[in-house]
Amino acid sequence: MLINPVVEYYSDLAYGTALVLYLIAMVLHAVEYSVGRVPVTTAAARVAVEGNGAVATLAPPDSEALRGKPERVGRSAVALTGLAVLVHAGSLALRGAAIGRVPWANMYEFISAICCVAVGCWLIALYRQRSAATLLRRLGVFVLLPVVVLMFLGGTVLYARAAPLIPSLNSYWITIHVSAAITATGILLVSGVASALYLVGAPAGSRIAARLPDITTLDRMAYRTAVVAFPIWTFAIMAGAIWAEAAWGHYWGWDPKETCALVAWVVYAGYLHARATAGWRGSPAAWINVVGFAVMLFNLFFVNIVVAGLHSYAGL
Amino acid sequence: MNRLAQLTALARNTWRGLTSMRTALALLFLLALGALPGALLPQYSLNAQRVRTYQAQHPILAPVLDRLGFFEVFASPWFAAIYLLLFISLVGCVVPRSIDYARQLRRAPVATPRNLARLPHHAVGQTASTPAEVIVAARRRLRGWRIAEGEEPGGVRTLSAERGYLREAGNLVFHVALLGLLVSFAIGKLIGYEGQVIVLANGSQFCNSGSLAYDSFRPGRSVDGTALTPFCVQVNAFRPTYLPTGAPEDYRAAITYQGPDDIAPGTWHPYLLKVNDPLRIGGTRVYLLGHGYAPQFTVTFPDGQQRSAVVQWPPVELGTMLSEGTTKFDPPGITDDATRRTGQLAITGLFAPTATFRGSLLSSAFPDMLDPAVAVDVLKGDLGNNSGRGQSIFSIDQSMVDSGRLKQVARQNLRPGEQLTLPDRTVVHFDGVTRFVSLQVSYDPTQLWVLGFAMLILGGLGLSLIVKRRRLWVRVTAAELAGTVVELGGLARTEAAGYGEEFERIAADLLPPGRAQPPVPTVASKAVISKDGR
Repeated sequence: MLINPVVEYYSDLAYGTALVLYLIAMVLHAVEYSVGRVPVTTAAARVAVEGNGAVATLAPPDSEALRGKPERVGRSAVALTGLAVLVHAGSLALRGAAIGRVPWANMYEFISAICCVAVGCWLIALYRQRSAATLLRRLGVFVLLPVVVLMFLGGTVLYARAAPLIPSLNSYWITIHVSAAITATGILLVSGVASALYLVGAPAGSRIAARLPDITTLDRMAYRTAVVAFPIWTFAIMAGAIWAEAAWGHYWGWDPKETCALVAWVVYAGYLHARATAGWRGSPAAWINVVGFAVMLFNLFFVNIVVAGLHSYAGL
Repeated sequence: MNRLAQLTALARNTWRGLTSMRTALALLFLLALGALPGALLPQYSLNAQRVRTYQAQHPILAPVLDRLGFFEVFASPWFAAIYLLLFISLVGCVVPRSIDYARQLRRAPVATPRNLARLPHHAVGQTASTPAEVIVAARRRLRGWRIAEGEEPGGVRTLSAERGYLREAGNLVFHVALLGLLVSFAIGKLIGYEGQVIVLANGSQFCNSGSLAYDSFRPGRSVDGTALTPFCVQVNAFRPTYLPTGAPEDYRAAITYQGPDDIAPGTWHPYLLKVNDPLRIGGTRVYLLGHGYAPQFTVTFPDGQQRSAVVQWPPVELGTMLSEGTTKFDPPGITDDATRRTGQLAITGLFAPTATFRGSLLSSAFPDMLDPAVAVDVLKGDLGNNSGRGQSIFSIDQSMVDSGRLKQVARQNLRPGEQLTLPDRTVVHFDGVTRFVSLQVSYDPTQLWVLGFAMLILGGLGLSLIVKRRRLWVRVTAAELAGTVVELGGLARTEAAGYGEEFERIAADLLPPGRAQPPVPTVASKAVISKDGR
């Protein structure tokens, strides 16, 4: 398969454009976050929430009071993010077109795809809770921050020129297994950010917390995204096992990547259980979710780059 | 008697403690934590060489880690202890829940609470229909729900409805399937085996006659390596394709094979063995894992006798397939062991499929065989292969060189067809190169079971996360003048998320559009109103 360098060039250009757009959107979010008024309802909602974790409470913001310049800035940040994610998806599509295969066979492509899913998931979450969008939008800066950092690393340190697949990766399972892993990881990034902010927001009286959505909203967002991602992650591991059976001679070989994926799975299973266990709800569960994403990141970077295993070729 | 009571109490408390959710959670995290060294430290089962390197680098730490089983985590007693405890905890959780679930399935939905307005979801309206009509309409609307009808004093009729029982079913299926998967996995490890073998791609054969046919063989605990599925594989040719950059694009091995039934009649079936596409013979699978080069040397001894050998030289640089190895010869026709041990030959060195020379230093520029060459040292003397110690076919025993019993007698670069002459007039001729493939044979009869349980896990997980267990109550009271007052209450037994919309839809269907009450307040708005004191 020949590589089309012109198309590859445009893919890289789109990647860079998306990154810059994310960066601008993040700055706009930051402006709204710091200049925008603290929502009145948050404090009240927080009381309601702490009392009974089971009751879902979402205070609709006092939209009249919040509407103003900061709000317009926040809205344009979301619009910009939407534009950026389209450009980003275009970059992936062009990359795929340049190589004639799925665009997620090395770390640069993999990270790019994860970020694209994460931002997409964030926009969907925002849309689904559009009644509370003004509040939820304050998360934007925190969701875009890891995306921008990851994409910067992907575009610089981890960048790889387009290349065809090596024989062992050349299977239709790469479409199934890797896309599931990407989707799950992207969604779990949003979940991890929500839980991390929950932990920041949980202590009463913190100044950052006052500007965030109330912690129940954060908790629910973390849970809902994790609930979507967990079966996908399960499927990703299973698809990987089926592929391994065809490629390496056994469906499970305790390869470092496999082991680490299983560890992450176990941690997320723990998170889902913790949310249903008295004494583990709230902060402990949020910690588990954050640890889960830390394991995912560890699996993505450390295991790929430092630990040698059968997945190493997927690295750099 | 008292002692007995104490013992039963202890046993009961231990069981309760072990099967509690907290313990299960703690065990889950122990499992995650325990598995991590298996990913971070080199493991014997994956790469014993890397373990030895690590041990050499960490002379103080490594013996301790080794003692604790950190280089064989997934076979270590403490890891087994964690998963066995988790296993028990899981059983202790699933069994009572299954019994409880079976009871729930037979029980009617909970009777209608007195005050429906206190439920998270609530709606009231008045219709012109009679109570009986309302009940019929409600039953029709709630098709698919489990319904129980009730009556209260004063001719008030109620409906209790519940739905989403599949959530718990999915939950149980998930956990039971998890147990099933672990058991299948364990059985597979007991009765399965894996073996690796290198076969020259020049029509050489491999037959699965027993564990001795393999270069390395990893049997399950109950496999003795005798009663293996009989089959034979003959590797006729191996063809890799490379991109101009040297990156491999495709590997193919043209083979013929005989299954268990073909051996007696002697039939051979052709097959194209590819990466990601194993040959499946019954329950046994043959994989193409790797490849390499085996240079062929012919040695003509001073008395005119010739010996040839083709030995695989494994690649040391995967990118360029620069390979390193040793081909060993015994002098022919010498019966006296002591004499023989002064004339053994070892040809060691590098092989490059596409040779480039920096000075006389050989390296490889490309992984495909475009311009092969070897750079060899010829050593003569005692190879030390009668010392009783096992010796690698890929290298010489360095201690024999150090002790001076094996001496270098020549060093030269050769291309196919070239030869060198030793001081004693022995001629070493580099004939050419044969490709070899490394094959893996795997046998695991439980893997389909594992797949089945994995599917159940996924299905159960999906059900338990998607389906919502929710309840709905209807109270129908004849109004004072005419018509009927209909009161609805709703409660989701699990995550409240999402029930509100469904409840509102049902309320809209059952209550007339122009009802007296304002639209159903949702959970959220109720909470805000109460907190703000509005």
